[in-house]
Amino acid sequence: MSERAIKSRTDAAPLDIQRVRADFPAMSLEVHGRPLVFLDSGASAQKPRVVLDTMRRVYESEYANVHRGAYYLSERSTALYEGARDKLRDFLNARDRKEIIFTRNATESINLVAYAWGRKNLKAGDEIVISAMEHHSNIVPWQMLRDEMGLTLKIAPVSDDGEFLLDAFKALLTDRTKLVAITHVSNVLGTITPVKEIVRLAHDAGAKVLLDGAQAAVHLPVDVQDIGCDFYAVTGHKLYGPTGIGVLYGKEAILDAMPPFMSGGDMIGSVSFEKTTWAPLPAKFEAGTPAIVQAIGLGAAVDYMTGLGREKIAAHEHDLLNYATQRLASIDGLKIYGTAPNKAAVISFTLGDIHAHDVSTIIDRAGVAIRAGHHCAEPLMERLGVAATARASFGVYNTREDADALVKALETVQEIFG
Amino acid sequence: MLDELRELYQEVILDHGKKPRNFRRPEHPTNEAAGRNPLCGDQLVIYLDIAKDGRITDVAFVGKGCAISMASASMMTEIVKGRTVDEAKKLFESFHRMCTHDHGESPEADGDEDIEKLQVLSGVRQFPVRVKCATLPWHTLSAAIEGVKEVSTEAGG
Ligand SMILES: Cc1ncc(COP(=O)(O)O)c(C=O)c1O
Repeated sequence: MSERAIKSRTDAAPLDIQRVRADFPAMSLEVHGRPLVFLDSGASAQKPRVVLDTMRRVYESEYANVHRGAYYLSERSTALYEGARDKLRDFLNARDRKEIIFTRNATESINLVAYAWGRKNLKAGDEIVISAMEHHSNIVPWQMLRDEMGLTLKIAPVSDDGEFLLDAFKALLTDRTKLVAITHVSNVLGTITPVKEIVRLAHDAGAKVLLDGAQAAVHLPVDVQDIGCDFYAVTGHKLYGPTGIGVLYGKEAILDAMPPFMSGGDMIGSVSFEKTTWAPLPAKFEAGTPAIVQAIGLGAAVDYMTGLGREKIAAHEHDLLNYATQRLASIDGLKIYGTAPNKAAVISFTLGDIHAHDVSTIIDRAGVAIRAGHHCAEPLMERLGVAATARASFGVYNTREDADALVKALETVQEIFG
Repeated sequence: MLDELRELYQEVILDHGKKPRNFRRPEHPTNEAAGRNPLCGDQLVIYLDIAKDGRITDVAFVGKGCAISMASASMMTEIVKGRTVDEAKKLFESFHRMCTHDHGESPEADGDEDIEKLQVLSGVRQFPVRVKCATLPWHTLSAAIEGVKEVSTEAGG
């Protein structure tokens, strides 16, 4: 057990959500003359003041390019940027800071693995297993690689409730399975997948495992060593951090053996026109000037989460999930998609035969922001037999009152549609 | 809050949305095109019979989408049937202007009954992200006329 977990367990007081809300400037916004009820953190989360202040301070007084100048400001910004890497190492409990690669977002993290690891380590006839509930960003890179290299893509099924079916997954694994790429939390169904079992089964079959943690990292404490995965993809903007910054965690030995993803400055050991050698990790995968201030902002965001206590955040969201699920289920004609027992605070639903876009437009006028559509998971929508759903996703700043506001706004929808 | 919403979701629109007219797949259309709004997943197929003289003798559609796109498609099929291809294109232009311009510069119906009918959809002006829902059927109609198989609204209004 990490020190962090012990610390937050001994301090048993629940989160003071009003104080948390006061940390987020967006929580006092009004839209259409109503207080904002923001239930779309699954698409992107709002930012606490400490992230905004940190980024402003760096730009104003601590900013220069990193890893270059032998002068005060450059040393300062390099220290902050590399300090952010340490914070992310801590946040994911990676063994070594070299295993934390800064990318633009989860999409780039996954593509990095597809290009740099996939091209080198896969060959025609090899198999990749993904699941039926992947986001497009964990489908399309593998499809492209399949078509380019003559691979086979297999799809692990989900149950009608949205549960990951371990036995069916196990049956797909063969000695040709080289990679398993699965989401840790479904952005549509909220399902938390049994990642440790997935990793164990995949490793037994000799396959590497990439987990898409874009949704999971914000809802659950994540310990990549405990999970045992080979790669873990994270996106900063869903973690109360800025846009333009993400993380790829990879096991050192695997990253070490991979060729670079992009090439240019910062990622080289030495360059002559005959031969170039690669820089050591993590620089090898960070070609060009990185998103310096965004990385530092993300560092501040994960510090903020750790300060609140990730177990406490998870407990608060769990309460919201239960409360909102119960309130929504009481609405006539409302159907919830995704009722796996192990679930994060994401609720997809349809309201009778009223289209999700009409729902979203109408409740927006009551200040309630939700997502409507296929959620970049068209194959899953096909599996569920719906063209679109509405999705309410909860963050640390949401309250039971937000769930009440959603329910009330949905009643207006029913009124208008008669 | 409710006023603007009621202006968008008028009875006529809800009625067309729930019971779309000409919702069928004809066996041998002369022209057809599929339209998609990738942002929200709305999709529909428009089928036309265009006679030699350029007159649209039959219009039908199938598809899935929000109340606005279904109502717009349904109303469009009623209105363009019997029109020439050129007339249909002109209607699209007027309709597009009506959906995108501010109140002040709304084009006058000038006694054109069909434009008047379409005006119930002009409430989308207050809901910019929904304009594409209303115009998707018309984009698809013009694609079908031009012989283009597929359109997507992502590229522009
Ligand atoms: C499960 C999942 N994977 C990947 C992504 C992609 O994240 P990003 O767009 O930040 O790369 C998302 C974001 O919607 C997601 O929900």
